[in-house]
Parts: sequence; structure tokens; C-alpha cells
Amino acid sequence: MGVAPAVTAPGAPRRLAGRGGAWRRWLSPDEVHRRALALCALSVFAVVVLIVAETTRGAWPALHEYGGRFLTGTAWDPVAEKFGALPYLYGTLVTSAIALALALPLGVGSAVYLAEIAPRAVGDAVSFLVELLASIPSIVYGIWGMFVLAPFLRSIVEPWLIAHLGFLPLFRGYPFGIGVLNAGIVLAIMIVPTIVSISREVLLAMPRTLREAALALGATRAEAIGVTLDAARPGILGAVILALGRALGETMAVTMVIGNSNHISASLLAPGATMASVIANEFTEATSSLHLSALVAIALVLFAFTVVVNWFARLLVLWATGGRRDVAGAA
Amino acid sequence: MNRIAQRLLTATALALVLAGPAAAQGLTGAGATFPYPIYSKWFDAYKQKTGVEINYQSIGSGAGIQQVKAGTVDFGASDAALSNDRLKEMPRKVVHFPTVAGAVALAYNLAGLSTPLQLTPEAVAGIYMGKTTMWNDKVIAAANPGVTLPGVPILAIHRSDGSGTTNIFTTYLSLVSTEWKELVGANTAVSWPSGVGAKGNEGVAGMVRQTPGGIGYVELAYAKQNALPVARVRNKAGEFIEPTLASTSAAVGASAASLAKDVRTPVANAAAKDAYPITGLTFLIVYQDMKDAGRAKALASFIEWAMHDGQEMAAALDYARLPEGVIKVNEATLHTLTAGGKKLLP
Repeated sequence: MGVAPAVTAPGAPRRLAGRGGAWRRWLSPDEVHRRALALCALSVFAVVVLIVAETTRGAWPALHEYGGRFLTGTAWDPVAEKFGALPYLYGTLVTSAIALALALPLGVGSAVYLAEIAPRAVGDAVSFLVELLASIPSIVYGIWGMFVLAPFLRSIVEPWLIAHLGFLPLFRGYPFGIGVLNAGIVLAIMIVPTIVSISREVLLAMPRTLREAALALGATRAEAIGVTLDAARPGILGAVILALGRALGETMAVTMVIGNSNHISASLLAPGATMASVIANEFTEATSSLHLSALVAIALVLFAFTVVVNWFARLLVLWATGGRRDVAGAA
Repeated sequence: MNRIAQRLLTATALALVLAGPAAAQGLTGAGATFPYPIYSKWFDAYKQKTGVEINYQSIGSGAGIQQVKAGTVDFGASDAALSNDRLKEMPRKVVHFPTVAGAVALAYNLAGLSTPLQLTPEAVAGIYMGKTTMWNDKVIAAANPGVTLPGVPILAIHRSDGSGTTNIFTTYLSLVSTEWKELVGANTAVSWPSGVGAKGNEGVAGMVRQTPGGIGYVELAYAKQNALPVARVRNKAGEFIEPTLASTSAAVGASAASLAKDVRTPVANAAAKDAYPITGLTFLIVYQDMKDAGRAKALASFIEWAMHDGQEMAAALDYARLPEGVIKVNEATLHTLTAGGKKLLP
């Protein structure tokens, strides 16, 4: 160090040390460390900005051509160059909704069992298996959906649905096994591990006193679990948001089982398509520049859609926690 | 120390001298996935014969055309010929070289059918339009006398990913059905009026095998290698023809005269008696005037080789070879190639 006194008030060295001191401060380990970490954080931000800028640039010709009709149009016709994204928006929403509807009770139910009821050893073993499920590549889920789930749906589940619930438009049509319902079920299985493992961790982190207090007040075991669950709600909602993110963006498995049809149908047995699946399907062989641009525009819409869903889910967490920003932010 | 440095320098210089000419001769191409097996075989054989290395990326026809447009490759490969609009978008004039022919077969899943299914163009269009929905429909039954067709619903399966196979199939449907031409049209991806989409040949074939009453179109090579039952389709001359390499070449041969006028003319629905109707060509796309004379010459000699020695390798990989008439068309095109304004071949 230079001639600076050993003990000075904060800010004093800046005035005294002059140029050399400023450099030395710049290069001090603390400063370098701080700046390196800031660079890491900034790079994430830069990637997001670049993605948005590049997709907007690529999508511009299509957005300029169709404007708001791009979101509301139902025709996707590369030959006539008419592009409307509504069938894909619809398909993404419906498959994700089916997936959540199936995975939420199943996931939270098993998390409660693993955290509250099962012996610790069993809970650990089962949650290890559940986490293993999360690491299976999505194409394997797709193949399973196509070769195992589809025949099962075709020969047993769908004929039953048509016979007993066929009065609802949701369950009309031929039982082909491939379609929106199949995609929703495959997605549900893919997102259950996320919900189970995060919810279990959240439940385990809840203070024991909560349950003990409930029991002391005369609550039954089920009621005591209800109290813990209520307190764990923000964390569980966070798990659901992560799971939903995977469902919205899943490409390969969905493409293999959804039937890839750009018609909007009220029936869950009919084929459909999602935003991610149409990009995967058509991008490599899109020959006209407007077609390419329309596909990039779909990517932009998917991005915006994910942001909106995330934002909406955050609001939901805020609302559920009555404004406890600490947990809401964590979600 | 000095000696090591000297040796390193010599080695580097030697490597540069050796690599120099090879790098200048190495060609790059990108595009279609359908002809990739035969192309990689060709590039391999050609390298062994001449030492010229050709680096090919099978990234899809559309992406290949983009690369040609950007000038990042020496040649592109596409399963669909460029439309007039697309030709205008190119910075300079490009020419098409058909390399091999392919056919699209209709695979089906009908248990208990002992004779091959026979389909008329009307039946194929009706099935994919979503108008013919049952297998015992009279449109299908009329073409299959003496066969009892089951009363099960038809599931029409198409490719969900954009592909040259789809282009061949929809080009054929547009030629045989005015309704199809007006409502759907032909392209690597279209707006399908009905049915379900599966990814890739293997996806379509898998779904056909899975679904009783399913029908789907796949490349002939894929159908042959997997021994799928395929339909005989009635051609323009009124014959029901099985898709084979011979009936594919016959279809291309029958179109030689129109190809001589414009090599982009569809070869589907050919008039010959023994021609299978759902056929198409796959193309190399090359700038007529290339900048680098050395690379241009290397490319022209490769195409010349592919038209002769290369054709002998086609059948083993289940591609149909080009008939003599089409090879003549390609040779005429080869003579129009220039580098910096100078003719490449005498």
C-alpha cells in the first residue's frame, strides 16, 4: 500500500490517493470479485434482451403483414401464405391445462404423503425415484405415449369416454388414441416430478410447531396437514409455475402424440398442435421467407405467453400469501 | 530449443503447402435430408477416386436454399424445385440438376386383406380431403373388386414436419384433383384438411402400424426397408401400379421431353403405362456463374461423375436412377455453367 494512513474515514482515500489509488481500488480483489459477479448477472439480462431483439427482427415481416390478425387468425396455410397462430395458442393452453389438472392433485397428494405421513426412509427413497423421472429425455416420454399410451387410450379409455360422456362436445369423435388428450396426459407425467419434489421440500421446511399447535388445539391429523399445506401454499404455487413452464414449452414428446393438426376442435380426442410443436415441425423445410418469419413470430408469441403466465402466477402467489413479498419473490 | 522451433516451423509450412490445394478443392453443400444416404455414399466414393472432399450438411431443403442465397455453400440440395418467385429472390441465376428420383408409397393397416389394396386418384384425394371416411366407402370398394373391405374409420396420416415427401405427395394430389389444387395446393408443408400428422417417415410408419384403419404416405425406400404393405395406385393410363424403383424410373423417363424444356416440371402422374404416379425428383441447386474457377470446375466434374458412375449406386440404396433422357438434360445444363463469365466445359 502507499502512504495512505492505516485508519481513515470511509471515502477519504478517494480524495487523498489520486489516480494511482483509484486504479488500485479498481483492481482490489473485492472490486474485481464484485464486478465479475455483476458481469455474470448482466450476461443473463443481455441474453434475454438479445433473444427478444432477434426474434422481433425475424418476426417483423409476418407481424407487419398480419398485425393483430396473426393472433386471431385460424388458418395456417403455407401454400397461400396465410398465417394465424390461434390454433397453436389454443393447443398450447389446452394441453397445459389438462396436464396441470391431472398433475396438480397427483403431485401435491404424493408430496404430502412423502413429507407428512410416510416414514422418512420411504419418503427419501420414493422422492429419489420421482426425481429420476424428471431426468428421462422427453423423446422417451413421446415414444411411450405413442406406443403404450395411445393403444391403451384407443382400445379402453376413449371408447368408454365416448360411450358415457359422449354427450359433451369434449368427448366426441373416433377413438384414435392420438390427440390432445394423449398429449395432456404425457405432459402431466412429465411435470409431476417437478411438483412432487419441490412441494415435498417446501413441506419438510415447514416448522414442526405448526402441526403440533394444530394437534394441540384438537385438530385431527388430516386437519393438521391442512394447516401445514395452507402455510406451504406459496412454495407449492412456485412448484406449479415451474411445472407449467415445462408444459408450455415441451416440444418433442408433444409433437409425437398430439397429431399435429391445425384445426381447433372442441373435442379432446381430436388432434391438435402447440406453438412449440409447429416450430419444430416446419422450421427446417420452410422455403418462403414469410413462412419462416411467421414461425419466428410464433416463437415470439410463445415467449410473450410464457412471460404473461409467469407474471400471472406471481400475482396469484402474492394474492395467496396476502402480500408476503418474501415468498412471492422466491416463487 | 532453436532446433525444435525450426522443426515446428518446417512442419507448419509443410502442412500449409499440403492443405492449401486440398482446401481450395474442398466443396461444401447443404440441404435436403431425403437424398442424404445416396449423397454421402457419392461423396465418399468420389473422394476415394479423385481426392476431392465434399462436405454436406443435411439441414433440410428450406435451410439449404437459404444457404445458397447467402452464398455460404457451393451448392444447395432441395427436394422441391424453386418456384418462379423464389428464383427471383436469388441474387444471381441458379440452375437445377435432378440427381435421383424418388417415389412416395401409401402404407396402410388393414388386417385380413390378402391382396394389395388398390386406390384410384379420386380415392387418395378423397381420403386426404376428409371426404372418404370409411374403408368400405364405394369409392374404394369400386377399385377392389372381390375384396371385402372392413367398415372401420379411415385415419389419414401425413407428415407433420415440412418435407420433400410431402411436396411430392401434394404435387401429385394437385395434379389429379382440382379441388385439392384450389383448397390445399402443393408445398413441403400444407394446411391439411383432415387427418393427423406424425414426425418423419418413421413417425408416419409407426402410427400406421399402431392404428387399425390407418393409411400414411412414406418414402418408397423407407416402405421397402421396413416391408410395409403398400397400395397400388391407378396411373394416368388406367393401370394399377405397385411402387418400385422400375416403375419410378419409368415415370421420370416418360417426362423427359417436358423436363428438357424446364427441368422443374413435376414428374408426378406420368402418362406411361408402367409408371407409378406419385413420384418426384430431388435437385442440386447451383449458381450458373460461379466466382472461383477451381471450385466451379470441381463441382462440375462431380455432377458429371454423379450422372454416370453415381447412378450405378442408386438402386442399392433404394433410389430410382435417372433415365437416359434426363441425364442428357443435365449434361446440357452442365455446358451452360461458367466461372467469371468463362465456360467451364468445352
